[in-house]
Amino acid sequence: MMPLVHRLIFWETPVEIGTIIYSLGCFPTQADLHDFTAEVEEGHTGYIHLDKFLPVMTKVLLENKYPPIPEDLLLQAFEVLDKEKKGYLEPEDLTKYMTQEGDVFTQEEMDEMLTALVDHEKNLIYYKDLINLLTIDPDM
Amino acid sequence: MLNCTMKAAVLIQRWYRRYMARLEMRRRYTWNIFQSIEYAGEQDQLQVTLSTGFSVKTQNVTHLTLCPPDLISQLLDPVVDPWLDKETCYNLIAVPESYTGPRLSFPLSVSDTNTLLGAFKEQQTLHARYVLQLLYETKKLLKQMPNIIHLSTSYTKEITICGDLHGRLDDLLLIFYKNGLPSAETPYVFNGDFVDRGKKSVEVVMLLFAYLLLYPDYMHLNRGNHEDHIMNLRYGFTKEVMLKYKTHGREILQLFQDVFSLLPVATVIDGKILIVHGGISDQTDLDFLSTIERHKVSGSKHVLQVPFLDSLSSVPPPSPPQHEREWKQIVDILWSDPKTQEGCSANTFRGGGCYFGPDITQRLLLQHGLQLLIRSHECKQEGYELCHGGQVITIFSASNYYEEGSNRGAYIKVGRELVPRFYQYQVSRTTRKLTLTQRVRAAEGSALRALKEKLFTHRSELMSGFQQIYFFSGCVSVSEWAQVLESVLRLDLPWRTLRPHLACLAPDGSVEYQSCFEDMEPGIPLSQVTPNLAETLFRYRTDIGIIFNIIDKDHSGLISIEEFRHTWRLFSAHLGVDIDDRAIDDLARSIDFNKDGSIDFTEFLEAFRVVHKLDNKDQQLNGKMDGKFS
Repeated sequence: MMPLVHRLIFWETPVEIGTIIYSLGCFPTQADLHDFTAEVEEGHTGYIHLDKFLPVMTKVLLENKYPPIPEDLLLQAFEVLDKEKKGYLEPEDLTKYMTQEGDVFTQEEMDEMLTALVDHEKNLIYYKDLINLLTIDPDM
Repeated sequence: MLNCTMKAAVLIQRWYRRYMARLEMRRRYTWNIFQSIEYAGEQDQLQVTLSTGFSVKTQNVTHLTLCPPDLISQLLDPVVDPWLDKETCYNLIAVPESYTGPRLSFPLSVSDTNTLLGAFKEQQTLHARYVLQLLYETKKLLKQMPNIIHLSTSYTKEITICGDLHGRLDDLLLIFYKNGLPSAETPYVFNGDFVDRGKKSVEVVMLLFAYLLLYPDYMHLNRGNHEDHIMNLRYGFTKEVMLKYKTHGREILQLFQDVFSLLPVATVIDGKILIVHGGISDQTDLDFLSTIERHKVSGSKHVLQVPFLDSLSSVPPPSPPQHEREWKQIVDILWSDPKTQEGCSANTFRGGGCYFGPDITQRLLLQHGLQLLIRSHECKQEGYELCHGGQVITIFSASNYYEEGSNRGAYIKVGRELVPRFYQYQVSRTTRKLTLTQRVRAAEGSALRALKEKLFTHRSELMSGFQQIYFFSGCVSVSEWAQVLESVLRLDLPWRTLRPHLACLAPDGSVEYQSCFEDMEPGIPLSQVTPNLAETLFRYRTDIGIIFNIIDKDHSGLISIEEFRHTWRLFSAHLGVDIDDRAIDDLARSIDFNKDGSIDFTEFLEAFRVVHKLDNKDQQLNGKMDGKFS
């Protein structure tokens, strides 16, 4: 079922383009986001006009350009990082991976991720439970 | 292996960023829902309260004698009662020996304000006698003040400016704790909306007035749109006063209205910074504003000089242009909101005041040699927000306004250099720090409940809209569904995004529109009540409750069937609900559970509370489910 591009809410405070694209059900990489932005940005203002955004975004959706990550693939990814197959990750290890590998996180993103994912009593990240809990999301 | 690790990391990062983006969207539309319902509620209020007033000029005297009009008109119509102008209003009230609350001595000293602070922290209630005396003294003081107060930073250190408090005592105490109590070294401006919504409006306003009496040169209060008897009726202040002061509630409310109408409407610092509660319009003229007799002009967006319409007349009396001009000046100041678009247009969301653009701001500032406009009136996530190129600052001081964790509160400090500095805070009720997920989820749950109730209480209109489309096309698409919702509810919300929370889809992708109403039901089975009537009762339940409380002179919790009938006839006439007398009689009789000719209105109101069928299940999922708008 193709999601329709819904009416974007006009907010007084600006919203990041990545936020919008993600919330439309897409999973672009950072490189994808850079390419997308380059196509629609108004010069180097940092702002994007709705008129320019809509056709490009519609195309992305119709082509399913940034398909979602299936849950089991996500689980596998965590298992790759969990080398000893303990069923959990230590915060330090996750931090190392997230801030040094791939599309690295900023300190702020890392802090928020740890707050959200770490089991406060054991100070560990039980990723199997998290995948279930955090992917409960209504379909667009 | 390394390659695998990198791929795994990229995948997790992508998933997590997407998750955070979804959370941000949910947070934003939750915010939208709260704000839309809040402002729409204020508009509804217009319709209801106009219909419940009693005209002074009625020809239908017979109707008036059936109901006790004196106390209602006294409450709803801010006419000065000469008795309340005399000291006897409080002098004759004895404070019993057994009273353990704070005792005040006038003129107030620092020990009195300290006593009040300590007492309120201990959850104590100030005796009615002291409330009345404090209000009486405040009224005397405010009568001497002009509409616009001019302050100077050359005599003081920095001036602290606070925004809406809405009865949040914890926030006020936190501000005093962080910033210091009002004094010569720490002067304050409080920019309106001290009462309504929060549970400690009385305490908040008592403290503010006490400090005003103690330090009239260092404590300054601007009037807000909630310093108004009509808003108070709907948004909780009236109810709070009546609950806390069963015997003297009415006199206290009357005196509050007098005091509110005497509050100054604007403050200017060093001739450069203008502070008003709402905003401005293209008609705002500070010179004209300073000439108005402010206590004679109602701050209500809809009230002209004769506050109420007779129940059977449909034409409001015409008002002379001068009065209307004055009224508009005040209403614009108390109700307007800034917008990014240029120009000035009617504020349709609020139902009063204007939307003003950066050009309007620029023009006014230039006209009066000002450089900054500080206003409040709108909740902001960070407690403050700049707009119009930094020429307008919104300052809001009630943290967690919509929901636990919804927003910070803030205050501004300005010194001689007139550069504003912002200080933020957040009152925390839980010791355990909630994650962003938990906070968003709790707030979202609360907002969606309120929204679903809106749908439920507008069921007939919505269903007829859906059925029309269904009749012609055999299905209702998501777009059409969204259109119907917007045309009936007028909340300007992202309906398509919200659809998954509100309605199910059929296999063919069309909306099963009946599913919108499935998980809600009335408090008691209402087989004998027509749907029209039932819905109206659901919608205006809070207002009806307040009116009943006012009618119930002896606080027995009971009103007579006759009183019920009369009140209801007034309501239905103005709400355009076509209910005949028999339907009302049937309703009255069915609610008269004891069959003794009187109605326990608490039970009555319980029947018209919307019950969410999935409450238990939701509670498990979300942890906290407190209906904010019930």
